[in-house]
Amino acid sequence: MLYFDHCASTPPYDEVIQTLAEVMKAHYANPSSIHGAGLQADKLVERSRTVLAGATGTKPEEWLFTSGGTESNNLAVKGAAKFYRSRGNHIITTAIEHASVYDAYKQLEAEGFRVTYLPVNVTGHVDPGELQKQLSDDTILVSVMHVNNETGSVQPIAEIGRLLKDRPKTLFHVDAVQSIGKLPVDIKGWGIDLLTGSAHKLRGPKGVGFLYVREGLRLQPLQSGGSQEHALRAGTQNVPAIVAAAKAFRMTMSSAEERAEAMYALRSQLIKAIESIPELKLNGSADAMAAGAPMAPHIVNVSYPGMKPEVMVHMLEEAGIIASTKSACSSKDDKPSRVLLAMGLERAQASGGIRISFGDEHTPQDIKKLEDGLRAVVRRLKPLERG
Amino acid sequence: MRYERILVRYGDLTLKGRNRGRFERQMEQQIKRALAPFTALTYTKIYGRLYIHLHEQAYEPVAERLKDVFGIISFSPVLAAKPELEAIREKALALMQEAVKQPSTFKVSARRTWKPFPHGSQEMNHLVGSHVLRAIPDLTVDVRNPDVQLNIDIQQEAAYLYNVTVPGAGGFPFGTNGKALLLLSGGIDSPVAGYMGLRKGLELEAVHFHSYPFTSQQAKDKVIELAKRLSYYAGAPFKLHMVSFTEMQTVLAQQKQDNLIITMMRRAMLRITEQLAGKYKAGGIVTGESLGQVASQTLGSMNVIGKACTLPLIKPLIMMDKNEIIHIAEQIGTFETSILPYEDCCTLFLPKSPSTNPNLGVVEKVEASIENYDQLLADAVASTDTIVLTPDEPLNAPAGESSPEDDWF
Repeated sequence: MLYFDHCASTPPYDEVIQTLAEVMKAHYANPSSIHGAGLQADKLVERSRTVLAGATGTKPEEWLFTSGGTESNNLAVKGAAKFYRSRGNHIITTAIEHASVYDAYKQLEAEGFRVTYLPVNVTGHVDPGELQKQLSDDTILVSVMHVNNETGSVQPIAEIGRLLKDRPKTLFHVDAVQSIGKLPVDIKGWGIDLLTGSAHKLRGPKGVGFLYVREGLRLQPLQSGGSQEHALRAGTQNVPAIVAAAKAFRMTMSSAEERAEAMYALRSQLIKAIESIPELKLNGSADAMAAGAPMAPHIVNVSYPGMKPEVMVHMLEEAGIIASTKSACSSKDDKPSRVLLAMGLERAQASGGIRISFGDEHTPQDIKKLEDGLRAVVRRLKPLERG
Repeated sequence: MRYERILVRYGDLTLKGRNRGRFERQMEQQIKRALAPFTALTYTKIYGRLYIHLHEQAYEPVAERLKDVFGIISFSPVLAAKPELEAIREKALALMQEAVKQPSTFKVSARRTWKPFPHGSQEMNHLVGSHVLRAIPDLTVDVRNPDVQLNIDIQQEAAYLYNVTVPGAGGFPFGTNGKALLLLSGGIDSPVAGYMGLRKGLELEAVHFHSYPFTSQQAKDKVIELAKRLSYYAGAPFKLHMVSFTEMQTVLAQQKQDNLIITMMRRAMLRITEQLAGKYKAGGIVTGESLGQVASQTLGSMNVIGKACTLPLIKPLIMMDKNEIIHIAEQIGTFETSILPYEDCCTLFLPKSPSTNPNLGVVEKVEASIENYDQLLADAVASTDTIVLTPDEPLNAPAGESSPEDDWF
């Protein structure tokens, strides 16, 4: 089986699985307990924080552990908007955010916030100039994802950070779930106040999210309870998963550069293959390094207009190839992709997106097999094309 | 801006005669130790000063570390230019435009060390000054009291320019004023006293009294954190001696002299520390006491407590107000740790009304009535657990050994 759904979840490193099991066996005490066993568990959590800090040039106390990317995004967006509401009522995000950001903004909108949803161009990129136009004295929060989870478009985070640099009242939240460990992320240099990551997207365990909260910032917690995670996230920490997540984080960060290079090569091979199949339409820009339209190394989104993407996905699976339709979190509803529609694609193309996402364990031979699979599926479906 | 080197000044004011050589050697060692993580650096020594050559290393992180090395009076980031007039003018202007807050007056102070250079020092002041003036409209020259002095040193291989002097931490390099033991509690004051002792060039080792299980493991960890922070300022591995005070403290608590218990505890601590000082060849004891702050820090209490030992007691904070001490604690990064709410052994068995003016005779009589008093002191000394700390050590491996847990990270 060829697994091409890394955007949904990645295979954990063997070392991560081993760490998870060992810590789970040895440190079952509650990290909030005052006895020695509890303290040891607590120290493991704190040490995990130092691992994150060390790999990102930040401070350990600036990192929180949550249950996943979705919770981190919810806490960042709602926590910041609600805590700083007295400073202003305007918040800005983009039309292509992951549902955990987009729907959080929708919820805040229903609660009375004025929300601006920035549009994107045909390659799926936000225009910082447009953001600048929308900023007002009332703007307290801006959320822009780094890498889009459906198309792989890379947003101009550094540039947006510069725009917001002289606006201390406007917090900058970046959803880096799909980018951290794959592309350089300069939290301090880019002026990021809140940053979201997820362990199972970087070959760690599920159930652990990261949230960077810049020193001095405060948030309104989402849930009531104990004072874990600097009193921002009540609930007993998942110690074994957190330690394993820190390990995955370190492993992935220390090898990010070589892996990105290898995956960019796979991506160009795959793009060439897609361009040689006339029925398929690539979504996003073909050239990953295109000026103004850079793309992530590990995601390719392609449509077969007039064909239901589920059919493609199922037929590929029969051929031993795992791919997905839009994002896993919303793949079960039947509507066209919100992200592809935002890019201005026709309904037929927007409804037909297939996401292929890979990792560094893939080889050029794997991509060749994928190409053959795509060709065979298109050949079989050709007679069934609609209008 | 790409600086070529850093000019570090020390010793201009504080150095006297024969100590100079030792001071300078220690100073250089401390600088090199502190900057050891920056592997690209090289060093050239000149009289009372040191050049740090940056090569490919960025200036800012080096400066950040240098600011906390004791004994340094000031330092300046230095630009290099080709020893040619136009090149020097260009770099001079770039340097003047770099300032965050534009100065309104300046002067040029050129020095021609390399005599074949075609323009004299005075002439260079004019040639460079006029070039800068033309380019920066609101700037004027003031030779007596300028906001900024632009220094140019013309040598054969290059001309060196700087216009910023960053104040250093001052004081003396680590260990140039002897060795002492620091009484380190988990509170706000004693880390500040340690910082000030280190700044004065004392080689410090910390002594902490714990009363486990009456006090918690977190209280110990907190002290380890504080000692780690001090090791950053020491710029050298820092020793922390953990003394078990439980036995002594519980015996003292049973003497039915509640209002004297703090006095007796402090006296016992000094006696134990003095024995440790003998063992580790330390010549003094540093404490975080501040006059009048608590019952044990009144003049009367200090008199009776101090009688328990003969070593000099050094009390850097004695005349400072609490808010001044807190201010320093915040600056040196110990405050947040100090205020963590774990009980230390001094707050344990705290009586309702501790004596502010204990009677020495009564105290001595009570102590004499404790039959195994000397043995309790000796046991406490023997119980000492020493750990060596460096600032970047992970939390779990305080003793510097690698633990099996390392594999998990």
